Amino acid sequence: MTAYIIRRCLYAVPILIGVNLVTFWLFFFVNTPDDMARLALGAKHVTPEMVTSWKQQHGYDRPPFFNATARGTGKLTETLFYRKSLRLFVLDFGSSDGGRDIGHDVGQRMGPSLAIAVPTLLIALVVEVGIALLIVMFRASYIDLFALVTCIVLMSISLLFYVIGGQYLIGKVWRLAPISGFGYGVDAWRFAALPVFIGIIGGMGAGVRVYRAYFLEEEGRDFVRTARAKGLTDGAVLFRHVLGNAMIPVLTGLVVVLPSLFLGSLIMESFFGVPGLGSYTIEAIQNQDFAIVRAMVFLGSVLYVLGLLLTDISYTLVDPRVRLG
Amino acid sequence: MRPSKIIAVLILAASDVGAAPWNNPYPAADATANVYYDSFEERPKHLDPARSYAENEGQIIGQIYEPPLQYHYLRRPYELVPLTVREVPTPVYLDADGRELPADAPADRVARSVYRFRLKAGIRFQPHPALARDARGGFLYHALASADLGAMHALSDLPVGGTRELVAADYVYEIKRLADPAVASPIAGLMFEHIVGLREYAERLRRLGAEARASGNGGFLDLREHDFEGARVIDRYTWEVTIIGKYPQFLYWQAMTFFAPMPWEADRFHAQSGLTERNITLDWFPIGTGPYMLTENNPNRRMVLVRNPNFRGERYPADGEMEDGPAGLLADAGKPMPFVDRAVYSLETESIPRWSKFLQGYYDISGIPSDSFDQAVQYTTTGATLTEEMQRRGIGLLTAVSASTSYVGFNMLDPVVGGDGERARKLRRAIAIAVDTEEYISIFRNARGVASQGPIPPGLFGARDGEASINPYVYTWANGQPLRRTLEEARRLLAEAGYPGGRDPASGRALVLYFDTSASGPDSRSMLDWWRKQFDKLGIQLVVRDSDFNRFQDKLARGNAQLFQIGWNADYPDPENFLFLLAGSQAKVRYGGENAANYSNPEFDRLFEQMRNMDNSPERQRIIDGMVEIARRDGPWLWGFHPIGYTLMHSWYANAKPNLMARNTLKYVRVDPGLRAERRKQWNAPIWQPLAWFAVILAAGLLPAILAYRRRLRATAL
Repeated sequence: MTAYIIRRCLYAVPILIGVNLVTFWLFFFVNTPDDMARLALGAKHVTPEMVTSWKQQHGYDRPPFFNATARGTGKLTETLFYRKSLRLFVLDFGSSDGGRDIGHDVGQRMGPSLAIAVPTLLIALVVEVGIALLIVMFRASYIDLFALVTCIVLMSISLLFYVIGGQYLIGKVWRLAPISGFGYGVDAWRFAALPVFIGIIGGMGAGVRVYRAYFLEEEGRDFVRTARAKGLTDGAVLFRHVLGNAMIPVLTGLVVVLPSLFLGSLIMESFFGVPGLGSYTIEAIQNQDFAIVRAMVFLGSVLYVLGLLLTDISYTLVDPRVRLG
Repeated sequence: MRPSKIIAVLILAASDVGAAPWNNPYPAADATANVYYDSFEERPKHLDPARSYAENEGQIIGQIYEPPLQYHYLRRPYELVPLTVREVPTPVYLDADGRELPADAPADRVARSVYRFRLKAGIRFQPHPALARDARGGFLYHALASADLGAMHALSDLPVGGTRELVAADYVYEIKRLADPAVASPIAGLMFEHIVGLREYAERLRRLGAEARASGNGGFLDLREHDFEGARVIDRYTWEVTIIGKYPQFLYWQAMTFFAPMPWEADRFHAQSGLTERNITLDWFPIGTGPYMLTENNPNRRMVLVRNPNFRGERYPADGEMEDGPAGLLADAGKPMPFVDRAVYSLETESIPRWSKFLQGYYDISGIPSDSFDQAVQYTTTGATLTEEMQRRGIGLLTAVSASTSYVGFNMLDPVVGGDGERARKLRRAIAIAVDTEEYISIFRNARGVASQGPIPPGLFGARDGEASINPYVYTWANGQPLRRTLEEARRLLAEAGYPGGRDPASGRALVLYFDTSASGPDSRSMLDWWRKQFDKLGIQLVVRDSDFNRFQDKLARGNAQLFQIGWNADYPDPENFLFLLAGSQAKVRYGGENAANYSNPEFDRLFEQMRNMDNSPERQRIIDGMVEIARRDGPWLWGFHPIGYTLMHSWYANAKPNLMARNTLKYVRVDPGLRAERRKQWNAPIWQPLAWFAVILAAGLLPAILAYRRRLRATAL
């Protein structure tokens, strides 16, 4: 398996280089450093000298790929590509256009993102699996029909609606939780409760449907029929045999999203004032801080590739038949 | 943990829950604290006074940094008064030979103006590590080794704070920083035009900065060692600034934080290697002499200002406008400021939660989001009033016309809509009549605006009241108010311009005009449709070209826009700051200035040069009237509107008066924490029934399933 992991890591390199080149082209050719300078400086009293000075201060005055005026290796290292893009490979995110260390900010903001995303994921998993098992137990009954209709209704509603509606009902009308904000330590749960609850409700429709499909597939298999023939109760069949065998798609679906939990949710964090990486990205886009946006795009692609790799590895852990070679 | 302990903890938690509303976003211990609560929508980009220009940044640093002057909080029109200096300086005018001229000398004889500032003694900086000294008098933290830095990521990680007296050299140091290319001040280019020798000084600093960086000195350039003619320290408490020619508006800049003092020690401290990498910069951790200091700067969540223990003390103004006394604004006259101990600004990027939290009493003041406008304000015959719901909560409303203008410019270099010919003038006038600005304000601004009659907003010197205020080319005066001229008149003017019925005789088709705007996206769609309809009234086809900020600015810089939507916020309350937008010397294409319409009228320009350096007087008003008349006649802008700001505040918030120029207003604010705590409790009692209903519904849903399951278990196979 080690060889497989090494091979997959090597496959990831050209993918990440491709992502890096595309983002470099987007951020430095479609949107030139002059554009960045003018956005940063605003519209009042801006002179060409100020634009030049801003570019110098932020290191955007270098040529893109080759610096003919530099000496030795400087011809390649004193370039925009090396300074602003290639360093991302060693997770050196550099400074934001506002002068802040992006790496430090990313580290600071991962915590709040995880504080919302992890409980949402875990509680949602338990609730969705539980409901899906219940539906499977009563398949082809009025409960199944009712649950399916409810799931489709839940899936058809935008997350934004849940957020605004949840804030209105739970925070404003019933006054059971702060409408927005974030706390640390023991105070954290008061602020996390509402976004976590809304996150669970918002994803429940799709989650239950997916898990129901997984469980139904297992339900029809021979070993389940055998288990029933042996006289096992519905509960024992579902929890021991159906759930156990359906864990492969459940776990792999779970593992693929694990790395992206660090990146947070753009909508949830923005509406609930959670100082996580989702709101960090949104703010960077709003403030036109392209250094941060570049870093977040790269980090997102790294985590996505990592998620796919972890998925493959998790196959071997939950299904002994799978061998990675 | 033993069960008894767990029960005790739960009881304690429950009792705490009972004490404070569940939706309270603040610690329960702060319920009756003397704290001011507000929000911010966007992270401030800069807190360095030499770099900060945005309003949301001023909200923070305006309370920390103290420039020499400030605006009187209550008096109108806006008046400059001393802040850290003993008096507002009177300039000394010098001719080309350096001889002193009388105060009323004509501007063209004045070669230089010298402003001498005399600082009050005894003002001290807030506690700050940059000023901390050891027992031998050396600086504690000016030579931090990498081992000292460790995991340091905030100034508070350095335990000792020092202070010292504010001196004139700190003000001069800041003026020098404005020129430093490493600082990149947004007003550097503007000040090059006014402060003697500043441009050359900037060049010198560019060279010296490169040398300092090359020497590996952390890039620190000690500006004390490099003087220039335009800003000089005279003695410990006196400094002089020399201006090119006459520029009375220079004093207004002295009320902005660009000219606030900066101790050299702070610059030296922050230049140490390793600090910038740890995000410890002057742009993040301000150091001032004002009533507050920033103790928590986490703009991802909140920013907290607390009283500066070294603040010298300042008293609430004893006089204001006539109505200020009856309005209770003089109740605190003569009392020492600031009144609140702490100010907490929470990040609130979305308007819905911000508005809800204001209504719950968790923010002391708020603007009104467009979506909630009808919930807060209703229009009656007497004007805008609060709705019953707001009145019941004791909420107050303040409105003020902003010192800003939003307009649509005609590119005067354009062969169709531009130029000085009568034909183009009539075309512009016809469009100005047809575009119903009042309707625009009503639909898209919730009536929060006043249609502009010229470039100068109401309330500023130079603006007229009543019938004299109206633009006679677009309005008539009827029943004591301006009445837009008729569409028939607009059509007649259009025909006289050579476009009868909006037809272009050259093509025989509808005249096509191009409208450039940076407003794009679904939210702007209806607004852009509205613009098309306005031109359609005249039979003119309007093609909207929306572009991003940079493309839009590019088009303006190159003169490629025909009609364009733009605005201007005043830097200071002087008509010059609006009229210069129409001065030929500011033409965007030719000079890269702020005159985006590229309007140029020799008579207007002559009067502008005459007016710009005058003190406010009947003579200046007469000249301004002449300029405004020329601009109205030529019509280089569709005059647009001046926004009206609406602010709501709770009953526990005192001393509220809109001051659109001042940023240092927190010190005047007083809150009644007891009343606030009472109201919060009253308004935020949790409603439990929904939880009970939820449990009942869940049980009702599960019960049949459980019963059915049990039935199945008991059932036989055959």
